[in-house]
Amino acid sequence: MNIQQEKILNGGITLTIDDQEVTVPPGTTILSAAGALGTVIPTICYHDHLTAYGICRLCVVEVEQARVLQPACVAEAREGMTVHTRNTRVERSRRTILEMLDSAVNLEEAPEIQAQLDDYGANRERFENGERRSLPIIDDNPMFLRDYSQCVLCWRCVQVCADDAQYTYAINFSGRGFETSIDTFFEQSLPESTCVFCGQCVDVCPTGALKPKREWLLEQGQTPDEIMQMTRMERRRRKT
Amino acid sequence: MSFDLPTPPELDLDPLVARLNPYAPSGRTALLPALHAAQELYGYLPEPVAAEVGRRLGVALADVYGVIDFYAMFYKEPVGKQIVRVCGDPPCAQAGGGEVLEALSKHLGVQAGEVTTDGEWTLERAPCLGRCEHAPAVMIDDLPLAQATSDQPQALLSAEWEQVTSRVDGDLRALTRNCGNGAPTTIEAYEAGGGYAGLRKAVSEMAPADVVEEIKASGLVGRGGAAFPPGVKWEGAASAPGELKYVINNADESEPGTFKDRVLLEDDPHSSLEGMIIAGYATGAEKGYIYIRGEYRNAENILGVAIEEAKRQGVLGAKILGSDFGFEIEIRRGAGAYICGEETALFESIEGKRGFPRIKPPFPTTHGLFGKPTVVNNVETLANVPLIIRDGSQTFRQVGTEQSPGTKLFCLSGDVARPGLYEVPFGVPLRHLLDDLAGGVVGGELQGILFGGAAGAFATQEHLDVKLTFEDLSEAGLPLGSGVVMIFNESRDMRQVLSGLAHFFADESCGKCYPCQLGTQRQYEILLEMANGHVLSGDVDKLTDVGWTMVDASLCGLGQTAATAVLSAIETWPALFSENGAHGATSND
Ligand SMILES: Cc1cc2nc3c(=O)[nH]c(=O)nc-3n(C[C@H](O)[C@H](O)[C@H](O)COP(=O)(O)O)c2cc1C
Ligand code: SF4
Ligand code: SF4
Repeated sequence: MNIQQEKILNGGITLTIDDQEVTVPPGTTILSAAGALGTVIPTICYHDHLTAYGICRLCVVEVEQARVLQPACVAEAREGMTVHTRNTRVERSRRTILEMLDSAVNLEEAPEIQAQLDDYGANRERFENGERRSLPIIDDNPMFLRDYSQCVLCWRCVQVCADDAQYTYAINFSGRGFETSIDTFFEQSLPESTCVFCGQCVDVCPTGALKPKREWLLEQGQTPDEIMQMTRMERRRRKT
Repeated sequence: MSFDLPTPPELDLDPLVARLNPYAPSGRTALLPALHAAQELYGYLPEPVAAEVGRRLGVALADVYGVIDFYAMFYKEPVGKQIVRVCGDPPCAQAGGGEVLEALSKHLGVQAGEVTTDGEWTLERAPCLGRCEHAPAVMIDDLPLAQATSDQPQALLSAEWEQVTSRVDGDLRALTRNCGNGAPTTIEAYEAGGGYAGLRKAVSEMAPADVVEEIKASGLVGRGGAAFPPGVKWEGAASAPGELKYVINNADESEPGTFKDRVLLEDDPHSSLEGMIIAGYATGAEKGYIYIRGEYRNAENILGVAIEEAKRQGVLGAKILGSDFGFEIEIRRGAGAYICGEETALFESIEGKRGFPRIKPPFPTTHGLFGKPTVVNNVETLANVPLIIRDGSQTFRQVGTEQSPGTKLFCLSGDVARPGLYEVPFGVPLRHLLDDLAGGVVGGELQGILFGGAAGAFATQEHLDVKLTFEDLSEAGLPLGSGVVMIFNESRDMRQVLSGLAHFFADESCGKCYPCQLGTQRQYEILLEMANGHVLSGDVDKLTDVGWTMVDASLCGLGQTAATAVLSAIETWPALFSENGAHGATSND
């Protein structure tokens, strides 16, 4: 018997997810309990190695007796709980969130979200009159580009730069509400900021908002040789 | 970190260095107070000033910037020597707030959000200023003006204008016994009227657990909007493990149409102070915070004086009234963010962060401010506490109903003869409040009443006999909310009203979770188009889907209620949302 099974034996929690019973250790989220049954609940902001803040709300599920839908990534399984991971109520919220997101953000380079849009039958024209968050590409360092018109505000980059990994605090938010954006101190360039170019934010970005410069230049039609030359020159410039 | 930023020659940082001394040792929790202090020195928060604040308090610069940019009352750009704020929310909008803003804009030669070329004035369209009984409300810096008109902009700016005094009335004057006299109640007057007798009784005759029991037995229900019993909260915090605990007096009052807490704080500051001290005694907390909205400078000053009076009188500080119980109170000033009235966002704000609500559970009673057990109560809730302890829960229960004991404050505004604050026993019908006390609807027949606040729902003629209790209102589908009763006569364009409410939520959404960050924006866009006469066939469907998604999937109460008024209007006035529907005088058929 492994530790997990032992834990379940001593104080496991039994709940029903989509008519299937499952027993999990205390403290398990609905998301992982569903995972144990092979049920996939869609997420955008959630990342296995980062603090879950329940921001995108795509993972909401219906828990019987609860007043509103519950975010599966943070809501814990409770004894006797009955969960519906995909009924019409849940679908309405997920579809509307996806439709609104698609109308505000450029999701062309977010294949997972594209698949979710298809899965939930999202109407991509529904909010086409709405304001889009179109922001200019920021090309201020030799390592990566920032294209915040592709930013879904999942918070991951801010988290890894701060207490979830790097403790560098180079980036935070500006604005609020629909106008929220990821920013440095008074919009200074990354080289002027405390950024150490560890690249972790680029690794966790779920869309094309943070992109290695090499990848971007290849997309722009540059050859690898040209790129090598350019970055070498940039590095030399930085030294002087 | 690199802090050697270029300093413009005219910016002398020396005064700031000294000004930050008292804040520096506290670190991040002092960030908002330090930014307020810095802004007082320089008028705004330029980059080098923000950097100095961050350096002295040990807060990362990007975080300092994040905080400055979150709060509407912190400025990154230079502002005028004086700031004129004109309320643009209902009911000020319909009382001519827009015209006043326009007149000021013409007079000063700037648009809202701009500074005059001589650097004297900044003009702003403000969210509800909590002075709805004097609509349209205007503030010149910290000075509130009543019933502004658009014909004399110069008189407004020179503040040769009537200032706001509270208008208080009602069937019964328990909570408001010391209100409406035109001046704050001193501690002597407060004590002469039986004030601090509740605290005296608690510390000398009752064990903390008895106080909790008494509050539970009173059946008191929280007045901040969530309608939760304080007794249960107090019990939770009292039994939570840990030495350090906190009591918070939530005075962030920013719900459009609400001004009751302001009147209590300005006219009778000791009542909620006494409530806080009793809460501290009951729960084992030794420190309390009053979180007051940034625009309530007058109330903040009055509270500051009251705290000094209380210390002098020995009802606050160490060894209160000769007992072993000690309690201190700190005032924290908000900076223009409605969301900071939400209890967990309020914690974040006191901790020096952007006002992002936290996921619940864990709940504040076990994991609140600084992660410690915390009791958060509304000003009006706390003002009830001294009366309950002094007279006993049975006496308290003699007024009101079984499930809604006591009295309730209602904020009447809009098209009514006598807008103001009214105290009534729970259980009187809405009609009594509207007609008998406030003198009835003016300017035409009643079209609708926004009940509970911007996050409330619409009542119509057929609701006038509903009894004002938690239970009756909930059955009628009307949230009591913060006690807002905003009246619209038949001439009002309800599409304009809805678009105004939607504007408020889009402006105030913190942006943390997707449904509200995106939904408040889309909801506003659709309603603004409607208000301009452009209604598309899919609009009701869109509003319904966006609305229910916000209700169902948002992270906190702001998003969860940002569509309730709209959804209620769709049900009440379907014609309002049809392509050729009239948007003025709407009918119910
Ligand atoms: C967006 C939002 C704003 C709020 N603003 C206030 C406020 O200004 N004052 C207040 O007392 N409660 C406010 N609340 C409710 C608080 O979260 C909390 O429930 C209340 O302060 C508890 O006090 P009570 O139990 O005495 O009612 C707000 C809630 C939300 C969701
Ligand atoms: S690359 Fe810079 S901004 Fe990104 S996580 Fe690392 S330090 Fe932070
Ligand atoms: S509901 Fe709105 S205010 Fe509340 S966390 Fe979400 S975005 Fe912020």
